[in-house]
Amino acid sequence: MTAARHRIAVVGAAAAGLAAAEALRRLGWDGVITLVGDEPRPPYDRPPLSKQVLSGAWEPERTTLRDTSQLAALDLDLRLGTRAVAYDPVERTLTLDGDRGDVLRCAGVIAATGVTPRTLPGTDGLRGVHVLRTLDDALALRRRLAVPGRRLAVVGSGVLGAEAAAVARALGHHVELIGSQATPMERVLGREVGELLAEVHRAHGVALRPGRAATGVRAESGRATGVVLTDGTVVEADDVLLAVGSVPAVDWLRGPGAEAAGVDLSDGLGCDEFCAAAEGLYGAGDVARWYHPVLRRHLRVEHRMNAGEQGLAAARNLLAELDPERFGERRPFAPVPYFWSDQYDLKLQAYGVLAGAERTEVLQLGKDPLRLAALYGTSGHATGALAIGLTPRQARSLRGLVATPADWAQARARLAEAVDA
Amino acid sequence: MQITIDEAKCCGAGQCVLVAPEVFDQRDEDGIVVLLDASPAAAQHAAVREAATICPAAAIQVRQ
Repeated sequence: MTAARHRIAVVGAAAAGLAAAEALRRLGWDGVITLVGDEPRPPYDRPPLSKQVLSGAWEPERTTLRDTSQLAALDLDLRLGTRAVAYDPVERTLTLDGDRGDVLRCAGVIAATGVTPRTLPGTDGLRGVHVLRTLDDALALRRRLAVPGRRLAVVGSGVLGAEAAAVARALGHHVELIGSQATPMERVLGREVGELLAEVHRAHGVALRPGRAATGVRAESGRATGVVLTDGTVVEADDVLLAVGSVPAVDWLRGPGAEAAGVDLSDGLGCDEFCAAAEGLYGAGDVARWYHPVLRRHLRVEHRMNAGEQGLAAARNLLAELDPERFGERRPFAPVPYFWSDQYDLKLQAYGVLAGAERTEVLQLGKDPLRLAALYGTSGHATGALAIGLTPRQARSLRGLVATPADWAQARARLAEAVDA
Repeated sequence: MQITIDEAKCCGAGQCVLVAPEVFDQRDEDGIVVLLDASPAAAQHAAVREAATICPAAAIQVRQ
């Protein structure tokens, strides 16, 4: 073995990258592990950014995932504040930017570079325009919200927009939630549950502008003053949060090497059921679109739990590819996705795949409309389940309903049983 | 192995209970994690490490 065969590079130093690096070490990789992160901070957790960090309940340090001694124990070649600029999967060479501009020969690479927020045209560099992906993003918006009585326009009513709107409203700001969807989180939760959520936001004093897309931001002297909607209406605002989705960070993977190796970069990093995109190249977390062998379709999951779970799976399978005698056979990655969202005192928990459902059925659990279980699916099969206001045991039991695509009627009966229990 | 949990971080997902039910449980009233065994036997270690990795709130810390 040459020295080059003794390095695995994990590109991306957030939840998925950290999980992969830890798994590599724990499973017995005794070569170099290079962990590359474009932010200067050690790995930190993102879900609190739109919750406890934005609200001011937590100081930023609280999101740090591992302390110095825990990181040191992993014996990493840690490259923070460093960006991967190219990877050639044929030569297995990774090029980094920064002072040294290193070209590293690798036995394998795990891509965990996540996503980059989308913005609106013409908003680059405008003061008062925010996105919410990094800790610095969250702290910038938090500083603005530290002054009472701001007018915040949130563009995009998905999970991130809805959570940030709830936090800003709880801090006493005037909040407008603008979204092309008919209700907050409609694409994930469906119209019926979305309407309930809309009512919660209205009851807390958020002004909803559903069914409206934003075309741009109005500005004076380089500072945002409002959001322009498709019908020409302007929503006046001191600050604008753009929560209009994201783009997988795969530019560093593009190039002739990727083409030669047949790497699919059409929506994130296309991976097979083992999370492999090419020999020696695996994907994990928000950036990875992999073939789910049970659901029999490709999925790209931008949720926190998947980051950890897939980081672990990618690490295990890369090791198994490099040395099957030592690390065993590769295993298909077939998780039951999970996410949660906190808005006001409401907790939403979801198992499986809800987005894009053709069919939804909501079971109310009593007089409180915000105690419910719901089933989501397509073509006669249930693929996702939602819990709001259930007991922990009830909520956990929903996972089993959608662990494999179940016949709708059967899943419906089991759901009723689970919440009556 | 020594496990510590941060109740204030816990989001009540219950994924730890699904992976390592002999080590973790949830409070009935709010779903917050309950640590049943802070230094479990070796047979539990793999499951505990998986639970710590997949915990969506990063509320479980494991030290050797």
